[in-house]
Amino acid sequence: MANNELSNGSLKGYAQLLQSKQISSLELTQAFLQRIKQYNPCINAYIALDEDKTLAQARAADARIAAGSAAPLTGIPIAQKDIFCAEGWPTTCGSKMLANFVAPYDAHVISQFNAAGAVNLGKTNMDEFAMGSSNETSYFGGVKNPWSYDRVPGGSSGGSAAAVAARLCAAATGTDTGGSIRQPASLCGFTGLKPTYGVVSRFGMIAFASSLDQAGPMAKSAEDCALMMNVMAGFDERDSTSLDRAKEDYCRDLAKPLAGLKIGLPKEFFAEGLSAEVGQVIENAIAEYKKLGAEIVNISLPNTGLSIPVYYVLAPAEASSNLSRYDGVRYGHRAAEYTDLMDMYCKSRAEGFGAEVKRRILIGTYVLSAGYYDAYYLKAQQIRRLIAQDFVEAFKQCDVIMGPAAPSTAFKAGEKVDDPVAMYLQDIYTISTNLAGLPGMSVPAGFAPSQDGPALPVGLQIIGNYFDEARMLNVAHQYQQVTDWHTLAPNLPEGKA
Amino acid sequence: MEWEVVIGLETHTQLQTVSKIFSGASVKYGAEPNTQACEVSLALPGVLPVLNKQAVHCAIKFGLAINAEIAPRSVFARKNYFYPDLPKGYQISQFELPVVGKGAITIQVPAAGKQSAYEKVVNITRAHLEEDAGKSVHGAVEGMSGIDLNRAGTPLLEIVTEPDMRSAAEAVAYAKKLHELVQWIGICDGNMQEGSFRCDVNVSVRPKGSDKLGTRREIKNLNSFKFMTQAIEYETRWQIETLEDGGKIQQATVLFNPDTGETRAMRSKEEANDYRYFPDPDLLPLVISEQDKARVQADMPELPAAMKARLEAKFALSSYDASSLTASRELADYFMAAIDAGAEPKQTANWVMGSLSAKLNSEDKDLSSSPISAQQLAQLLKRISDGTISNNAAKQVFDAMWQGEGEVDSIIAAKGLKQESDSGAIEAIIDEVLAANAAMVEEFKAGKEKAFNALVGQAMKASKGKANPAQVNDILKKKLQA
Repeated sequence: MANNELSNGSLKGYAQLLQSKQISSLELTQAFLQRIKQYNPCINAYIALDEDKTLAQARAADARIAAGSAAPLTGIPIAQKDIFCAEGWPTTCGSKMLANFVAPYDAHVISQFNAAGAVNLGKTNMDEFAMGSSNETSYFGGVKNPWSYDRVPGGSSGGSAAAVAARLCAAATGTDTGGSIRQPASLCGFTGLKPTYGVVSRFGMIAFASSLDQAGPMAKSAEDCALMMNVMAGFDERDSTSLDRAKEDYCRDLAKPLAGLKIGLPKEFFAEGLSAEVGQVIENAIAEYKKLGAEIVNISLPNTGLSIPVYYVLAPAEASSNLSRYDGVRYGHRAAEYTDLMDMYCKSRAEGFGAEVKRRILIGTYVLSAGYYDAYYLKAQQIRRLIAQDFVEAFKQCDVIMGPAAPSTAFKAGEKVDDPVAMYLQDIYTISTNLAGLPGMSVPAGFAPSQDGPALPVGLQIIGNYFDEARMLNVAHQYQQVTDWHTLAPNLPEGKA
Repeated sequence: MEWEVVIGLETHTQLQTVSKIFSGASVKYGAEPNTQACEVSLALPGVLPVLNKQAVHCAIKFGLAINAEIAPRSVFARKNYFYPDLPKGYQISQFELPVVGKGAITIQVPAAGKQSAYEKVVNITRAHLEEDAGKSVHGAVEGMSGIDLNRAGTPLLEIVTEPDMRSAAEAVAYAKKLHELVQWIGICDGNMQEGSFRCDVNVSVRPKGSDKLGTRREIKNLNSFKFMTQAIEYETRWQIETLEDGGKIQQATVLFNPDTGETRAMRSKEEANDYRYFPDPDLLPLVISEQDKARVQADMPELPAAMKARLEAKFALSSYDASSLTASRELADYFMAAIDAGAEPKQTANWVMGSLSAKLNSEDKDLSSSPISAQQLAQLLKRISDGTISNNAAKQVFDAMWQGEGEVDSIIAAKGLKQESDSGAIEAIIDEVLAANAAMVEEFKAGKEKAFNALVGQAMKASKGKANPAQVNDILKKKLQA
């Protein structure tokens, strides 16, 4: 796209351009496809593109706009994380296991975007089966952080993150099991929201850890996230954990002033482990909120330290079972040669899964085994309830909780791949909300200097009470009215870094 | 040493629903392979289970029918193991918290040898909802195994008893009673050939008088009562012989081979899977309220025990007759339909359990395929009651109807079976008989009672069997005493 301003537009702005016929969806879509052609070979944000399908959707959107029946996102090109099944599209979940799998049906999220008339730009890269915090476990290779190509974009929604940050889409979808929307949003400098568990249907979203997985928007601003939520959220009878609630307009409270807002700052989020530079950015953001009339309350979430161990029992336990269906029998990777059934299972799974996935299947199988179940799985479930209870107590004292979304800025590719525990600590501030089922977001709050490169984005995390997404979006939007961090886009170097 | 066998059953009953337990795919039997396998049946990436309310309805109905505790909150769990016909790599079942808790079923064990018939209460431990697996198909393609997932996800209620049975006869009586009950309340079609009702039988033996349970072996997937008897009897003998020879019983799963009549170990429990059960995070706990139970109760037919009591009280039937007539829904419905069509109850009971049952048995037919409807039978019995035909003639009409020769009255007319009830005509016949058999008349008058019967026989013969026997008796008596 020659016009950098166009790629940096807001969803509302695109909708105005489209509906006033200043631009067609076809033109807008082609402009993004052009940018993808230029930058994606290096960034590797997209792992599946299908120009014919994409342009057909753009043309259909133009017809709908011409007919005067456009919805707010009609004609707007959206990137879809490759965890969502989309009919006729390769749907790999970042794994060799599903490298050749073409989905025969649409996930609920995909059909919601289709019904809204949005254009599917392509499927984005991700950590294999959403297991990772750097996108380095993807079978299809790592993704470059658009702010600094030697760094990771975060994960697991690394492809969507890089696509939003590099302006290779108008907005994207992601999923968040332990921080996979918010940590990459923080590392790539954009706005991402993980809704309350059950607000967005999981139907057609490939399962990692069913009781924690939740889809949400990844976009430039809170307002864009609100518009995305209006499409994504809503009851779906095909997901038994989907919540049957009245449809809401997530834009409704955006303009509300923040005077009197009580912001809780958990002391555990500002303790050892947080980089000083990131801590400074968060403090600056809090100061901005004070100016907006917010009141600061010091709170405690005493069980925060247990969230990572609890998560790494429960998520692998569910994953070990969820991933059993990839057995080489009906679809997916099957070893070329094998002697018998057991050999086929073993070889197909040994070849089809990467190291991190195998590690988690083994952990999960272990903690569910007879004799260990009570000590691990059951105990972890009990602590999970305590962690949720921490938040119940906290929300008696404040309206929203704030802190960092990730302990550091984007780290270098390869830096943590051999140290899983260091990698797992990336999610220390995000995991507890998944365990509690609460909504959380990451909002661009500034940049922190790095020792040997450019300053890197930092995300402010906002955690809300159950179903408080509209209020959180309001809190983020008001901040974005007085700051411009969310409007900043990286200057992408041409070609390979 | 005297031995005692201890038996417990686990029965998989396929619930009568339109669709699968966790998806909308059809459960109709016999379709082309994999034509009833939707995304959920195939366990495609991203699909999720949604519980079929009808299956829950069936489970509650069963719980109410056996007077069991119905859990206000039960939990679906994943049973994890790899098998090609198990598409998700786990079966959704219930483990720690089943939908139906403790209940009981009263069985009637038939008389055998010196042992007379008796009743016994079999305690039900639990019943839980789960999904069926698919089927491996061998030999359809040379050198390859196929998978048919039509059955995958079919709703099952697994009903587990306490180890309460002490003989093959008791086990079979229980299985039959359960088979009747699940059909009676309309939750299972009971079709054993198609696998709608399959039993796993746990068998152990112990010295008589011991209260310690022996090591059990589980006979898998018995789908006929005959095989069940054979399998238990063989297994019991085998276990006793093994122990008497100084051997030990290893806990194992065994299969019964109907060709050899023997059981054979499939796998020992040591090599068994660790199923890694845990609550399925894709499904919410199943919550059943008092209102839910009341709704199912309203849909509950009169149960066999209640109907038996009613038949005894209302129609003065014997306990045996009432019990037999309520042995199956079909039989009970047939009986009641005949009564509603005006037949006399005791007579109907006799015919239904006599001629009709015998005929059905001899031709291996179900009541549903009986060529004689309840209304036709009632019509036939009315013709006996109103004196139109004799009992003997009725049997001929019954046979003719069975062959499809028409309705009761037309058959009577066509075969000329209407009995003679005109007293004038019968008198004329008797006069002839008396005249022709003067010797017999003398014998009767000399005190030989038997001569009377011989004269009746002559009169019936002369009427070609059509004379009403009661009238013949009366008139003959009067004439001889005159």
